[in-house]
Amino acid sequence: MTSFVKPKIRRLNEPTNGLGKTRADYDGAMSTLCAGCGHDSVTAALARAFYELSTDPKDVVKVSGIGCSSKTTTYFLKDAHGANTVHGRMPSFATGAAAVNKNLTYVGVSGDGDSLSIGLGQMAHAIRRNVDMIYMLENNGVYGLTKGQFSASSDVGSKAKKGATNMLPPIDPAIMALSIGATFVARSFSGDKAQLVSLIKAGIAHRGFALIDVISPCVSFNDHKGSTKSYAHTYQYYHKAVHADYVPPSEEITAAYDEGETMPVELHDGGSILLRKLDKDYDPTNRASAMEKLLESQQTQEILTGLLYIDESRPAMAEHKKLPDTPLHSLPYSKLNPGAEALRKIQEEFR
Amino acid sequence: MNGPGINDFTLRIATVNGTGSASANGLLMKAIFRMGVPVVGKNIFPSNIQGLPTWYEIRVTGDGYAGRDGETHFVIAMNPETYADDLAELAPGGVLLYDSTWPRPQLLSRPDVTVLGAPLSAMCNEAFKAARSRILMKNMAYVGAAAALLNLDLGVIEQLVIEMFAGKEKLIPLNMQAVALGHDYAKQNFKCPLDFRVSPLDKTKGKVMIDGNTAAGIGAVFGGATFGAWYPITPSTSLMDAFQKYCEELRVDPETGQNNFCILQAEDELAAAGLTIGAAWAGARGFTPTSGPGVSLMSEFIGFAYYTEVPLVICDIQRVGPSTGMPTRTQQCDIQLCAYASHGDTRHLVLFPAHPGECFEFSAKALDLAERFQTPVFFLSDIDIGMNDWMVDELTWPEDYVPDRGKVLDAEQLEEIDAFYRYLDVDGDTIPYRTLPGTHPKGAYFLRGSGHTKLGRYTEKGPEYKEVIDRLYEKWKRAAAFMPEPVVKKADRPARYGMIAIGSSDAAVTEARDRLEAAGVPVDYMRVRGFPFSDDVAAFVEAHEEVFVVEQNRDAQLMNLLITETSAAKEKLVPVLHYSGEPLNYRFVFEAVETALKVRKIA
Repeated sequence: MTSFVKPKIRRLNEPTNGLGKTRADYDGAMSTLCAGCGHDSVTAALARAFYELSTDPKDVVKVSGIGCSSKTTTYFLKDAHGANTVHGRMPSFATGAAAVNKNLTYVGVSGDGDSLSIGLGQMAHAIRRNVDMIYMLENNGVYGLTKGQFSASSDVGSKAKKGATNMLPPIDPAIMALSIGATFVARSFSGDKAQLVSLIKAGIAHRGFALIDVISPCVSFNDHKGSTKSYAHTYQYYHKAVHADYVPPSEEITAAYDEGETMPVELHDGGSILLRKLDKDYDPTNRASAMEKLLESQQTQEILTGLLYIDESRPAMAEHKKLPDTPLHSLPYSKLNPGAEALRKIQEEFR
Repeated sequence: MNGPGINDFTLRIATVNGTGSASANGLLMKAIFRMGVPVVGKNIFPSNIQGLPTWYEIRVTGDGYAGRDGETHFVIAMNPETYADDLAELAPGGVLLYDSTWPRPQLLSRPDVTVLGAPLSAMCNEAFKAARSRILMKNMAYVGAAAALLNLDLGVIEQLVIEMFAGKEKLIPLNMQAVALGHDYAKQNFKCPLDFRVSPLDKTKGKVMIDGNTAAGIGAVFGGATFGAWYPITPSTSLMDAFQKYCEELRVDPETGQNNFCILQAEDELAAAGLTIGAAWAGARGFTPTSGPGVSLMSEFIGFAYYTEVPLVICDIQRVGPSTGMPTRTQQCDIQLCAYASHGDTRHLVLFPAHPGECFEFSAKALDLAERFQTPVFFLSDIDIGMNDWMVDELTWPEDYVPDRGKVLDAEQLEEIDAFYRYLDVDGDTIPYRTLPGTHPKGAYFLRGSGHTKLGRYTEKGPEYKEVIDRLYEKWKRAAAFMPEPVVKKADRPARYGMIAIGSSDAAVTEARDRLEAAGVPVDYMRVRGFPFSDDVAAFVEAHEEVFVVEQNRDAQLMNLLITETSAAKEKLVPVLHYSGEPLNYRFVFEAVETALKVRKIA
């Protein structure tokens, strides 16, 4: 196996974004995942979102752990720095990188094994720190690269391809994130590109940690009858609760909205997220009620999707740690060296 | 061997931890230091917050040796639970002072030592009202008694008390009253001063008393570190405490109020390594302080940083292993761990500071080496260096120091080149160029711990994999020339024997060498300061019939590393191993070498 360079084909009159870039400028290497893999749709949605936001790819940092999902960071934004790190440890690596330069956009890509088993602790602490990044959890309920073991997101009663039944309760990343102070919690489905792209854009614009749990079926090991993470099952139980549209600072909110159904959330970049409640009594700005709805959905097996919770008020890590505008690597040494006089003074207490 | 004498004796204070004795003990040591007499302080403390036995040892050493003696001449016994041990510890002719509020006739069981009883508790109970202050004042009372017995300058003590209670001036007369209680009682009831005592000298000018962790933290500030992450672990915690303290004092931008640094407390050592590597990959000069258990947890990430060539500085302040071991006791037991940490073929750069002065210097050096060679660097200290106050030359920072940031391409350089390949050895010096996120689209690359080619692409082809992994080995070997060179102390006449040591063993080995020479056994001594070893190390072994490798672990880790990584002849190396958890003392080394040589003669 090797990585393939995706041929760049320019079409006549291809649309371009604000930077004059085409959608293809946001591609990466050719995917080596199985045909039909949900992850490839997520990759495409990420590229689309960055294209639509007119983000300069060089200002994006892609990070991932280990697993099928984590391979995908090579499949988009070839002009961005990327790092495929250690299994379950992407959050710490990403947090360290994000601390250095708060002017870049950080995208983490992970899976249910990477985030909910081996890396549960690291994901939780990145959420607690409110690291300014978007975190894509490509969730298929199964270990793909090791061929079909249950993951921690497998539902009780879900059947493995070889027939075993999962008896352990699932870890729902949305519920967990909410419980530890997440400021942006969303769920989507790799088969719903429109919803996914708008959630990604909203997540990128959000100040702080944006978790998007994406049901992303594994065609090779978890797309059979009896699996609760198959395409068929997801389509059947998919329930859109709240739709979120990102409105950049340059645009005005033009759509008319009815009080109680649609509401704008102002963002720190001057833009806003326009929330459209498809489920009338769902309030995505109320943590307790969001939690209640999510717990209920576990009972009904409904897959609640959309922007499930948002809180723009909590400071992100950069504000909390008072990180400088100049990236840490570019601070001149003259600003870092306290000088001989300071050293002499420090030592007064050591005599 | 010398006995106790003027400016040459060891005082051991036995107390219960959590009773506030640490500041009284520090005061005693500083008083001697301010009288111009060199001192060595060792805190031998339990892994506990309150209620267990703890000792503070002060060696008064007019000769200026920096290590332990190995004998105790004067004990201030304030913990009845350890009276028996403390009495047994005393060298013949020694003196034991205890709190005779509750008389202990069994303390008189040794005819060869003098036992002095002072009713310190009774006096303090009478003089002070509050229960807590009685406990604290008892500490000051033994300071007073020791001052009378050891001829300490009460003016110096008062000045130290004034400094100690700056901002709480009310407490100064109370504390001085307690000092006077002890002092006067001793004067009236004992022959003062003792035969071994302190006599003012002029040998501490230009010196400071500082612990290695503080010095390393300051070194990281001056070395331009902008990022630190750690998970709290004894005995490394005070390193990050110092970095944080001085960053907050000296690195907050006065105009913006923003921090020109970032310190993150990690959820565990795995995360501490990940945070530091992520920050270093993004371009910050970062480090993580830890101890052996932390290195065990970091191992996967260490291999990642090695293979992906990300700078990483790990400060391992060693403690006694294996497992939890004895967390507050010292050893040099992570030498092999740090040399080769992580799975697969990995090997790292290791620095061995021997005292706080070198901690200051080497913590910055570690940052330079990590960025130059784009690889993990271990700063290998231990509790003895890290948490004890050592007398060292006042720290100075070279005016002309410029951080070595290694090969990093900026936007202009990237604009000019045709293409950038992360792992291509463009200059033929085994070190490729790197780029930082956000610089230039041409500089974008994908960091991966999976097999990669010299162009940075994924591979599972043997020859492509080997090309990179072979270059890493060459790179590591090249680093030997950039490590601090060994320090050699030659005997005053040709020596058949040599000694090799690292780190905190140095003080005791230096003294043992001098005393062996004085006893008619000339020995050359080489202190190694970095791994990979320089060729001088093998040459030193070659030049001697036998070389004693002195180290503080059971398995002769340094000796075995010498055997594996140099051409030194195995049969010439003799291990001298000390691993009780207490800092090494010169008598141990002296006797080990002397005994070994006697055996040779008999054979």
